[in-house]
Amino acid sequence: MESIIERISQNKFWPFHGGIHPPEQKTLTSSKPIKQLSLPKQLILPLQQHIGRQGDLLVKVGDKVLKGQALTQSFNPMAVPVHAPTSGIISAIKKSVIAHPSGLSELCLFIDVDGNDTWQERKICQDFTQLSRQQIIIKIADAGIAGMGGAGFPTHIKVNTKPDINFLIINAAECEPYITADDLLICEQSEAIVDGIRILEQLLNPAFILIGIEDNKPQAIKALQHATKTIEKINVCVLPTKYPSGGEKQLIKILTGKEVKSGTLPIHSGIVVQNIATCFAISDAVINDIPLIRRVVTLTGQALQKPQNVWALLGTPVSHLLAQTGFVTENEANETNPPVIMGGPLMGFSILNEQVPIVKTSNCILAPSRIEMPSAFDNNANEVECIRCGQCAEVCPSQLLPQELQWSAKAKDHQQLAKLNLFDCIDCGACAYVCPSQIPLVQYYRIAKAQIRQQQQLDIKAEKAKARFEARKLRLEKEKIAREEKHKKAAAARKATMDKKPADSGSANSAVAAALARVRAKKRANVQRVAGDEEQTKVNESLVSNNEIQDEKTKTTSIEMDDKKAKIAAAVAKAKVKKEQTELLQATSSEKIKTAPAVTDDKKARIVAAIAKAKATAKAKREQQEQKEQLRVASNEEQAQAQEKQPKPSNEESK
Amino acid sequence: MINILIAILVLGTIAALFGALLGYASVRFHVVGDPIVEQLDALLPQTQCGQCGYPGCKPYAQAVANGEAINKCAPGGEETIKKIADLLGVDVEPIDENHEQNSSLGNGPTVAFIIEEDCIGCTKCIQACPVDAILGAAKQMHTILIDECTGCDLCVAPCPVDCIEMRVIPETIQNWQWDLNKIAVKQLN
Repeated sequence: MESIIERISQNKFWPFHGGIHPPEQKTLTSSKPIKQLSLPKQLILPLQQHIGRQGDLLVKVGDKVLKGQALTQSFNPMAVPVHAPTSGIISAIKKSVIAHPSGLSELCLFIDVDGNDTWQERKICQDFTQLSRQQIIIKIADAGIAGMGGAGFPTHIKVNTKPDINFLIINAAECEPYITADDLLICEQSEAIVDGIRILEQLLNPAFILIGIEDNKPQAIKALQHATKTIEKINVCVLPTKYPSGGEKQLIKILTGKEVKSGTLPIHSGIVVQNIATCFAISDAVINDIPLIRRVVTLTGQALQKPQNVWALLGTPVSHLLAQTGFVTENEANETNPPVIMGGPLMGFSILNEQVPIVKTSNCILAPSRIEMPSAFDNNANEVECIRCGQCAEVCPSQLLPQELQWSAKAKDHQQLAKLNLFDCIDCGACAYVCPSQIPLVQYYRIAKAQIRQQQQLDIKAEKAKARFEARKLRLEKEKIAREEKHKKAAAARKATMDKKPADSGSANSAVAAALARVRAKKRANVQRVAGDEEQTKVNESLVSNNEIQDEKTKTTSIEMDDKKAKIAAAVAKAKVKKEQTELLQATSSEKIKTAPAVTDDKKARIVAAIAKAKATAKAKREQQEQKEQLRVASNEEQAQAQEKQPKPSNEESK
Repeated sequence: MINILIAILVLGTIAALFGALLGYASVRFHVVGDPIVEQLDALLPQTQCGQCGYPGCKPYAQAVANGEAINKCAPGGEETIKKIADLLGVDVEPIDENHEQNSSLGNGPTVAFIIEEDCIGCTKCIQACPVDAILGAAKQMHTILIDECTGCDLCVAPCPVDCIEMRVIPETIQNWQWDLNKIAVKQLN
């Protein structure tokens, strides 16, 4: 490490592979101060302005908001809040075109500016060295700071790392042509930037702090050197100008000679890289309690009459900025409006709508003239076949093989692209810049990257669907087995109860069996009684036989009729018995007892016969009932058996 | 004569030796399961939609391994057919007409959507969903877990009140695809 510092102090750096020297065009704006703009009438704030997640809304339509008021919040660490850049009223929360190459709409807050620019209550921190690490990190997170270099990674995550940091690298290279936002910011706010760097130093406690700045910004270099004179730890490293030395991995390579391995982050090598504009935002947030609500934007290009850097509030529509700088449209017949590019000429993208707002990562609005950038005007691609010159491979700062990548990207060979380390491509556009066949190589890589990412998402989803399908199958299988088990148990229980307690009236079968048994017992008893009666009353044989004949008859007739007949017969018998008894009584009372026995004998025989007759009819009746009962029992048994059987076939079906 | 006998003996011995070796290897290095089924399953889109006539992607993979036609996967489309053909070394066939995606919504991926005020809570769609992506209970409103829904539309038919419809997943920043033709500068009118 000492050797690295020694080397740096001698102004010797490690060169990175490739790189290009496009015409800089920075003089368009580098000599003019940063202009303060009048407030726009309306601000459009996308809820998500950086990599990560969008927060939850804290305000609703019609709310009055003050400058610096947080509009969203989230407990997701990858989300940073957005703040009201000025005071006003929330006029709408709806989808609107955002700063994205797709030109798609996302949820945005519309603020009608009231013009007062009233601040919310601020707590200015006099001495940030008194703040604890955690307090500073919370302040940074609450201020909604995301990396202002381009990707917009939430800063509070980047600075909240384990202590072993060897190098804190401040990226002031600003290598892309045209852009001078950081350059001017350094010239005008070098003290605040150094405060920001000292806050980062307090957080990360790095062994060395290196500020990497290209040698095409002499004034900024002077300002930085002046501001950091008193601080030993900070080295201002003046680098030779080459695109893309402002790339994170390229800058690390230049300054430390270390290469960040594919698939790892600089933090794994003990290096943290922060953009210099982020340092300014940190100092503003921690010391002045100003959340990230504005940024320097370079408005440049030959289509502008007064190209200049401006302090733009986040959410300012691009049209407002262009109007302030004298955007001239070439008013020719059938002339399409000139293109407007957000970001630099190499990595930026055309914006499709001038209502697109400035966000945390927008550093440049480029409105080129036709002579300046003819390709931006030409909708027709002038792409011709690759001539295999290999210039792209020579300039690739990531040491990839751009033409191989191009073929694989066209063939959608994702495996081969992975082998060629497509994801190490930093989208710098150097390959497309040098390509003599004008192949838009970077676009092919961007498409391929997006496709691979989507494929990965689909694969994850497919895997999840598969797992859920399998889990469901397993669950259904288990449920089926459990159901079968339950049915088996229930059947077994039924059988057991039947076997053990047949007399028990609990189940239908045992009740039937009990009834049967009762009927049989009664029948037996009746038969015995009738037999006894028969023995006693031999006289009644004929009557009995008559009854039997009657029985036969009744059996053949319908059951209801039998019942009635039997009832009638019984009633007749009863009546006869009563009559005879009364006659008997009358006889005994009126006549002498002597004569009575003969009469009574005759009468007795008659009575007996009647009783026998009645009993016989009753017996017949019982027999019929018994038969019915048996029939019913039989049918019940059948039903019971059927019931027993029924669940089994259903199980088999379900199998 | 003796030479011929020696030759037969030597070759016979060698044959026996290698036969034994092969026999041993087939036992020792026996592969459990059919790896081709796993590979086929990995190529299928895992929507579990059953449009191929099999109750899920795995069963169809099994069937393809056993000689079923490779052109029955509607959600996978031509891409999947190509991949399967590559794997099995057979010719690419056009997608089976009976199994063509019957989507009137276009080619975009879809998810089911329950019109919640119409839902009567019959649970029929829950039983139909192959990936348990529908949440609900008897006589309670049901809803779709969009992140789990595979867009198989198996839940649409069983709904007695027709409150389920298939909706195209809207294009967002996250799933947006670069399109070279669209990147070119658009007219600002």
